[in-house]
Amino acid sequence: MALTDQLSLDNQVEQQSDMPQTIIRKTTGLAALQLDQVWAFRELLYFLVWRDVKVRYKQTALGIAWIVLQPLIMLGLYYVIFGILLQVPSNGVPYPAFAFAALVPWTYFAGALGRASISLVEGAQLVTKVYFPRLLVPLSAVLAGLVDFAIAFVVLIAVLLSYRIVPGIEILLLPVFLLFGILTALGFSLWLSALNVHYRDIKHLVPFIVQTWWFATPVMYATSIFPESFRWVLALNPMTGVVEGFRWALLGGQYPGAQLPLQLYAISVGISILVLVTGMFFFRSTERTFADIV
Amino acid sequence: MTALAVNVDNIGKKFEIGAARSSNDTLRDALVNVIKSPLKRLQGNAQSNTDDFWALRNISFDVKHGEVIGLVGRNGAGKSTLLKILSRITEPTEGRAVINGRIGSLLEVGTGFHPELTGRENIFLNGAILGMRRTEITRKFDEIVAFAEIEKFLDTPVKRYSSGMYVRLAFAVAAHLEPEILLVDEVLAVGDAAFQKKCLGKMSDVAGEGRTVLFVSHNMTAVQSLCHRAVWLEGGGVREIGSAQKIVQGYLQTAAVSTAEQVWEDPDTAPGDDKVRLQSVRVVPQDGVAFDDINVNTPVDLQFAFHNYQADVELNFSLIIHNLEDVCIMNVVSPPQRFAKGLVNGVCHIPAGLLNDATYRVRLLVVQDTSVALLDAPDILMFEVQDVEREGNWYGKWPGAVRPTLDWTVDYRG
Repeated sequence: MALTDQLSLDNQVEQQSDMPQTIIRKTTGLAALQLDQVWAFRELLYFLVWRDVKVRYKQTALGIAWIVLQPLIMLGLYYVIFGILLQVPSNGVPYPAFAFAALVPWTYFAGALGRASISLVEGAQLVTKVYFPRLLVPLSAVLAGLVDFAIAFVVLIAVLLSYRIVPGIEILLLPVFLLFGILTALGFSLWLSALNVHYRDIKHLVPFIVQTWWFATPVMYATSIFPESFRWVLALNPMTGVVEGFRWALLGGQYPGAQLPLQLYAISVGISILVLVTGMFFFRSTERTFADIV
Repeated sequence: MTALAVNVDNIGKKFEIGAARSSNDTLRDALVNVIKSPLKRLQGNAQSNTDDFWALRNISFDVKHGEVIGLVGRNGAGKSTLLKILSRITEPTEGRAVINGRIGSLLEVGTGFHPELTGRENIFLNGAILGMRRTEITRKFDEIVAFAEIEKFLDTPVKRYSSGMYVRLAFAVAAHLEPEILLVDEVLAVGDAAFQKKCLGKMSDVAGEGRTVLFVSHNMTAVQSLCHRAVWLEGGGVREIGSAQKIVQGYLQTAAVSTAEQVWEDPDTAPGDDKVRLQSVRVVPQDGVAFDDINVNTPVDLQFAFHNYQADVELNFSLIIHNLEDVCIMNVVSPPQRFAKGLVNGVCHIPAGLLNDATYRVRLLVVQDTSVALLDAPDILMFEVQDVEREGNWYGKWPGAVRPTLDWTVDYRG
């Protein structure tokens, strides 16, 4: 009897020392990123992504059919306009393969940005009723798009194979470029979603931004149509690095001359990381007022 | 256990009303609260855009481990804001709070429920949102399903659920949350009476397990039966802290609580004796007006139902209406009538254009043979009548205990 008492007492003491302590007070200035909090809530992140994906594919077969058809229809349209009518050069690669290799990562990026920038406002119900690192909201929106991406990617490989293009060893670096694309999408989404809480106009602005961005990114055209001395300007757009990286990794040896020199990739990656890091700090610093305003 | 579970030290939260006007939900709540609070009547309609509004100020109290604390107060007193601060949803403007232990908060049932997902899927999603681990949800899954009584519909999208099923499922998930410190906001006011009873039972289980609970409710019976102590908030400050019993009594005495209805499921706890026992009382605004929107032009029905335990008896009823200053506005008496044993329903119609804008408390008397009061139930209902925009150029407070619309005859005898 005494032993059990002793044991339960020990338990209590242990429980006591285990207890996490939370201090609540006003925070000012630059907030700590607290990425460990994001890690601690990884299961919730998983469920948020899972929810988005699940809801999107609830309409079963037809849903997936659309995910396959949509990029193909777009591709057909762009092929007719840019490849046939405008005769945009594609550096010796069949135009559809050339365009699609960039269109797939671009579509992912555009979709992720569109969904993530409104995610906080759409998720207002969660934000005002439960505590969790708010970063999870845009992050899950960005990650949820990866399922669409995976399906489109399978279609992309099929298109490449139909042109007898077999990706070479370069494809091993593709995950790196995908990660680059995800982080770019996340960086801009953090800025836009946090701003959208304060200024609802952002929501109306995003489609316009995406459209303009699309023209500024070498999706339908190659970087090589610009004089070499001018290409660094293109590289200021991180998505240039992403789509050209995809082309290089997939079309490899069959896409000569158009690869960006390493310095230009460095600029793209640098800008992307800059946006991501500033985005995280901006997001974290505005996060404390989200629940009051959203 | 030495450390306190919760230590709240001088917490304050300021909203900038001007900035808040833009659009939003949470602050809309805050604004609505401001408008509804009696403060507005003192200030008139002026709402400067630069006004700062302190939803909470100088709040300090401690909660020991294992204590169940009730937070009571009128709408707009700051209860929900306080819970949101302690749940880390929003930051305080000043002061600090220290919480020792894993926090779980339940400010709403069914947060994050998605209508397209099935009951099974929503259990996992909602559980994760409330902070449960996946293994924890899996372990309690059957228990949750059984509590919600939705076994057959587990794989049906919740959009096809009846509202009752939906609420049951949502509460069931929340009820199986097992943090060391639980913050609960008015979530028991959901579902039908039977389910509410079940929820209250679950709450008292939780309280009995020695967990620390902070509990916001307008249900004074629940506060009294579940809580050890209570904190009474008023106008953003602490008015009093004490035993739940004492605080609830004090709070009810000021009768600063709107009561649209009261239902006594269990006759043993209802006001009355072996001759008559109340079953329910209700304020029912007519013309489709919501309870919170009653104004001087709204006809209002006061309904009551009671069990008559006497075989053949002559009864009549008296409704006495007081304002908050304890001035009796009127005593409305019904004609006597004979009743057999059983349930009796009664309604008193208050026409539009009779009551002035004020908050009214209702007292019900059941009288036998127009001489013996069998039942005298004070403060069973309370409702607020708001002013309306008037034509003309005068906007001051309308004087008078009542504001009847009467017929006038005015002749010019020039």
